[in-house]
Amino acid sequence: MHYATKILHTGKDRDPHTGASSIPVYHGSTFAQEDPLVFGQYDYARGGNPTRDALEHTVAVLEGGAQGFAFSSGMAAISSVFLLFKTGDHIVVSEDVYGGTYRVLSRLFHRWGLRYTFADISTAEKVRQVVEPDTVAIFAESPSNPTLKITDLAAIVEVAREKGLVTIIDNTFMSPLLQRPIELGFDIVVHSATKFLGGHSDIIAGVVATREESWGQRVKAIQNSVGAVLGPQDSWLLMRGIKTLSARMEIQQRGAIQIASWLSQHPQIEKVYYPGLDSHPGKAVHERQALGSGAVVSFELPTVEQTHAFMRAVTLPLLAVSLGGVESILSYPTTMSHASMSPEERLARGITDRLVRLSVGLEEPTDLIEDFEQALEKSYTL
Amino acid sequence: MDPSIETMLAHAGTCWDEQTGAVSMPVYQTATFRHETLGKSTGYDYSRSGNPTRTVLEETMARIEGGAQGLAFSSGMAAIDCILRLFRPGDTIVASEDPYGGTFRLLDKVYREMGVEVVFVDTSDIRQVEQTLARRPKAILVESPTNPLLKVADLKAIAQAARENDVLFVVDNTFLTCWFQRPLALGADAVIYSATKYLSGHNDVLAGLLVTKSKELGERLYFYQNSVGAVPGPWDCWLVLRGLKTLPLRLDRQQQNARAVAEWLINQPQVARVLYPGLEMHPGHGLLKTQASGFGSIVSFEVKDPGIVPRILEAVKVFLFAESLGGVESLITFPAAQTHADMGPEVRSKLGINDSLLRLSVGIEAAGDLIADLTQALGR
Repeated sequence: MHYATKILHTGKDRDPHTGASSIPVYHGSTFAQEDPLVFGQYDYARGGNPTRDALEHTVAVLEGGAQGFAFSSGMAAISSVFLLFKTGDHIVVSEDVYGGTYRVLSRLFHRWGLRYTFADISTAEKVRQVVEPDTVAIFAESPSNPTLKITDLAAIVEVAREKGLVTIIDNTFMSPLLQRPIELGFDIVVHSATKFLGGHSDIIAGVVATREESWGQRVKAIQNSVGAVLGPQDSWLLMRGIKTLSARMEIQQRGAIQIASWLSQHPQIEKVYYPGLDSHPGKAVHERQALGSGAVVSFELPTVEQTHAFMRAVTLPLLAVSLGGVESILSYPTTMSHASMSPEERLARGITDRLVRLSVGLEEPTDLIEDFEQALEKSYTL
Repeated sequence: MDPSIETMLAHAGTCWDEQTGAVSMPVYQTATFRHETLGKSTGYDYSRSGNPTRTVLEETMARIEGGAQGLAFSSGMAAIDCILRLFRPGDTIVASEDPYGGTFRLLDKVYREMGVEVVFVDTSDIRQVEQTLARRPKAILVESPTNPLLKVADLKAIAQAARENDVLFVVDNTFLTCWFQRPLALGADAVIYSATKYLSGHNDVLAGLLVTKSKELGERLYFYQNSVGAVPGPWDCWLVLRGLKTLPLRLDRQQQNARAVAEWLINQPQVARVLYPGLEMHPGHGLLKTQASGFGSIVSFEVKDPGIVPRILEAVKVFLFAESLGGVESLITFPAAQTHADMGPEVRSKLGINDSLLRLSVGIEAAGDLIADLTQALGR
């Protein structure tokens, strides 16, 4: 079966009782039991809910994992995965992860004695250099946020197998349509499903898929104990969003390619970060491990003033945090997604105050280009 | 002066939307919020950090509890987890020895593994609580009445001891709710809820709530709420808000039914013991009257012959045999196999959560129907 078909026909895509083409939204917090000792499949909705269950099945199918899990946010998914480790454990983390991941590690898990090193893990050699005796896991993000740096995922898996480490990846930017890390040997995949999976900027959600049942059981224990679960309405909206993943992603990516090429030829744009461009240093590696370059394009303007003026002048994209929705979103990492990093930390990652991040939506690309053209003109007549 | 609680609850979120005057709070089903221009936020940026529907729920609860900050979570466990994030390995936490099984599991299986010392004591005995102070705990986490044994803790006395020893005092108020008991007014630093239970009241949503007395504690916990992201979606927030509006009506009726059921149970030959704090014979009855305005609607009872438990659970028709509590529908739960299964048999038997114990969450059905149902189930 082709992937685009599998997205719609996951095996839990219709209601087994009525045949309804949409899984019902099960609001019940609890489920009546017939036997005092042998419970039915569901007992309490934190532990399992049929709507969430259908979504979790979908996630497992799409990522090619043994199990899938839904959480109340991408950060709840990531935080729950970090809870798998114990005090004293060390994790190697891709240096340019999402600001929220950086924050939860440095401000919360740090207090609990989880150790980490933020490092350039783009090659096997570099990963080997930062692995310590207590290292238990590698956390990658590829392409990274917001500079779209590519990590060689096969190299990560190679080192992890050598050293017996768990491999975790944030696959938010690609979605399983374009990149399936479990097939590449990763153990755990996390997503902010708020982004491309949901696709409509209307829910906050996170998902996890595990390659093996054993990790799945541990994630499930944490999910049930800590209770950062996704509600049924949001689970349903996420499933609804996933149905159009392949159509949305294809068109958004086509728009992103067109806009990235236009930007890269624009005399007043300093730098464009997009793994689909020939100029992107990670292009070859990315093409080996992913099926497309996605719909996020970051770019730099010559001065901070012009950057600000440009963002004030655009009319079509929403100036907002987040990405992956049907509407284009323009973000300013300095004050938005990466505000929780210090200016030094940001600069070390190439996140300058002249960098903007564009999530390309379903608008006609020429309309967006026209809008950017007028905004650039305004910003240069300062 | 603030209006009464009934009025505040009935008006929660009304006409928040000035543009339309909508009586019901809109469901802001959105992930992100557009900035009008660079550096100009409406106060809302990203729904994990804040969402108007959630804000109204959080502010309503803070106001009713008399606290500085309200925070909503994806489940009651996520609310408790947020409080526990305040600590670090090596810290000691004192907790009621017979809390909800999920709280026990979180403390025992997750946080103990992360290096927290957890001391479980009978918090209905103030001496036991005071004795733990020598271990310099960082927090005391109390459920009162407890689940499922309905033991009552002296909240004012614990608050005083906590204050004198600079210990954070947190009360899980799920069983009585703000309608019957307001722990912040009794001296607690924070109150937590499984809002899945009475606050929403319809067995149709999972949610947790937390209210802090001080702004400072509220801000620290907000940081964790936002960083960890265990937040409820807007639709679930709206359902809790909707449930809150009828809280006083539901609870008064549920309590009335619970009393009728408890009084009836006492006289049944199959019943060995009835635990309901509203009964004068209940050891916590007098104390509860000094700190709460009601006794709630949870009734636990022991049957003489554990062999009839399966029959009761199978025979009930009006009571639903299911986990959870606090909804308009009456539920019957078998704690040893359901809510407290994760405690393990040793801990359960030490506490008295045995195979003869059943817990009723009495709903708003007609009391006569509930008693008739129990009559036929206890039966023959």
